[in-house]
Amino acid sequence: MKISGAQIIIETLIEQGCDTVFGYPGGSVLNIYDELYKKRDRIHHILTAHEQGAAHAADGYARVSGKVGVVIATSGPGATNLVTGIANAYLDSTPMVAITGNVDSTLLGKDSFQEVDTTGITMPITKHNYIVKDVTELADVVREAFMIAKSGRPGPVLIDVPKDVQKQFCEYAPVPVCRPKEQKEPDEKAVREAVKIIEESKQPYIYCGGGVVISGAGREVEQLAERIDAPIGFSMMGLSAVPSENRYNLGMTGMHGRFASIKSNAEADLIIAVGVRFSDRATGNKAKYTQKARVVHIDIDPAEINKNINSCHSINADVKKTLCALLNKLEKQHHPEWMQKVEDMRITETSHFHTDGRLHPKDIVEKVMEYTDGNVVIATDVGQHQMWASQYCRQRKPRRFLTSGGLGTMGFGMGAAIGGCIGAGGVRTVLFTGDGSFGMNLNELATAVSNELPLVVIIFNNGVLGMVRQWQTSFYEKHYSETTLNRKTDFVKIADAFGAKGFRASDINSLDDALKKAFSEKTPTVIDVMIDMNERVLPMIPPGASFDNIIIE
Amino acid sequence: MFDKQFVLGVLVSNHAGVLSRISGLFSRRNYNIDSLNVGVTENPAFSRMTIIARGDDCVREQIVKQLEKLHDVKKVEILPPDETVLREHLLIKIKVKKQTRSEIVESVNIFRGKVVDFNMDSMTVEITGESAKLDAFIRFASEYGIIEMCRAGALAVNRGVTSLSGDEDRFE
Repeated sequence: MKISGAQIIIETLIEQGCDTVFGYPGGSVLNIYDELYKKRDRIHHILTAHEQGAAHAADGYARVSGKVGVVIATSGPGATNLVTGIANAYLDSTPMVAITGNVDSTLLGKDSFQEVDTTGITMPITKHNYIVKDVTELADVVREAFMIAKSGRPGPVLIDVPKDVQKQFCEYAPVPVCRPKEQKEPDEKAVREAVKIIEESKQPYIYCGGGVVISGAGREVEQLAERIDAPIGFSMMGLSAVPSENRYNLGMTGMHGRFASIKSNAEADLIIAVGVRFSDRATGNKAKYTQKARVVHIDIDPAEINKNINSCHSINADVKKTLCALLNKLEKQHHPEWMQKVEDMRITETSHFHTDGRLHPKDIVEKVMEYTDGNVVIATDVGQHQMWASQYCRQRKPRRFLTSGGLGTMGFGMGAAIGGCIGAGGVRTVLFTGDGSFGMNLNELATAVSNELPLVVIIFNNGVLGMVRQWQTSFYEKHYSETTLNRKTDFVKIADAFGAKGFRASDINSLDDALKKAFSEKTPTVIDVMIDMNERVLPMIPPGASFDNIIIE
Repeated sequence: MFDKQFVLGVLVSNHAGVLSRISGLFSRRNYNIDSLNVGVTENPAFSRMTIIARGDDCVREQIVKQLEKLHDVKKVEILPPDETVLREHLLIKIKVKKQTRSEIVESVNIFRGKVVDFNMDSMTVEITGESAKLDAFIRFASEYGIIEMCRAGALAVNRGVTSLSGDEDRFE
């Protein structure tokens, strides 16, 4: 059967199990949108307010569902607007396929209307990308793109399709869904060596990253902690892997981690690093990081081994398979002294919390959590509120905490919350954001309203760019250069204008009231929560420093 | 740690954009590259690159691993210096006078070079060899005046029957 390139794109998307796409139409993708119109019973298209929102939504959708997120945009500005979203997915290893239209292949390179070199621009931020100039290659390119996006360490793949290729006809025959390549098995000898190192350790610490969430190995991490009697600390990307109530769970480590988590990370004699890449935000001073501890590194991506931290031993394989192999061999360990030390650190941590009756960020996060159940999707933007959410959100289910880890994209939240909500089947979704971050992509409130999503947006409103201001306070002699927003924006009215409901809260009682109302709505709501502009994220380890330099007060 | 020079043999898919993927990887990951040479192989589906790069042991390990992650890269190998044939190519145009002509030709012969173009005022010489030999000839030529020169990055293959693609068995 001969069908057009545009039809091939839609048919292969359906064939690869895609039923939801995010995007924004335009001149160079008119043919694709025409086919989407004809196939609207098979593929649900979510129209966003801006292509960046669509890319973040596809990212959030993929994070929650584990499926490949698909985003479609037109040439030129459509494609460049995707760039931040693609880079975000690349740094957080989200499987994504971005499809962009381009000008006719005869017009390529002539600075035609809405023409940019999309593949050139996105080359360093994709696992792979294509420009398809021959329609007979199109179906296989889409299939291969799905394969690459899902295989090994996931990531985004972009396919650029000139408009004339979308219009050309060729033979098409459907194939079954491409299964990703079988993930790599751990080497048996390497597993035995790791078991030996773990059994020698007196003060082991499990460092759990995003790879655990992707590999679906949260349960195995819990079993490992039980088996070897060791605390678990998390990178921000790994937070949702293990429920908060697990007694070994110390929460996030790194620059703004929880005190007990950072301290036990620093005092461990062995760090079992699982699906992490030792970001500078997580390790601080790299020389000091491994001064006391040996590192056993488990990761699917061979290039992560010895990239940022030299490990004494590594296993390059799938995290889940490796943990299962380790659990098969590891004897039960007991570390009562070490676990007592960890317990004492937790008690010290509790003494750092304020109890002065003012509305502190921790109280806000905990109050919101009271209104949520285990099914909730939580998204964050980037900045102070993100750290507070990472520190204090109760984690209940893997893949339900969406945050921009590697790229640190302000404006990620609205798109991610929309995509996450849809990816989880329209469940209650909470977005923690700041007045700065929300200002970047609040236009997507329109998308949430059109799609009647049960989204509650919590704005930590301090009138400043809090995280940057905090650095200016600590390291730039309180020169508050361009971080005081001085805006007159009324977020309650904004919500109203977009067709959502808005509330304001300035103390714990008004917050409780607002939450009660917001959580009884089935459509988007916004709660503008006023907080002090001098509120800081603590603890903090200054950039490039170690636990010795921790700032507590 | 010292930055050491090393030679990479890289087998890649032979299609558009591969060169910019590879060179882009070097620039975005802040790796140093001394030279890069690319050409099609006996199998038209593949091109082979010879890359001379520089870095300590960690950087070298990372370069290989990051190259291997690229979809278009089929095989990467660090070629050990003592088991590798490595050649560079130089075209150099030298100023000549009546009095200097014969001594230049004599030197070209010593360097096993070839005179490929010649007129009253200049002589273009082609020389193949390892880097140091080419450097030596360039130093020599500069005494007479270099009008222009063009130097290609190194080409390198393993000594013996082994190959980068590893399919030498097909001849048996």
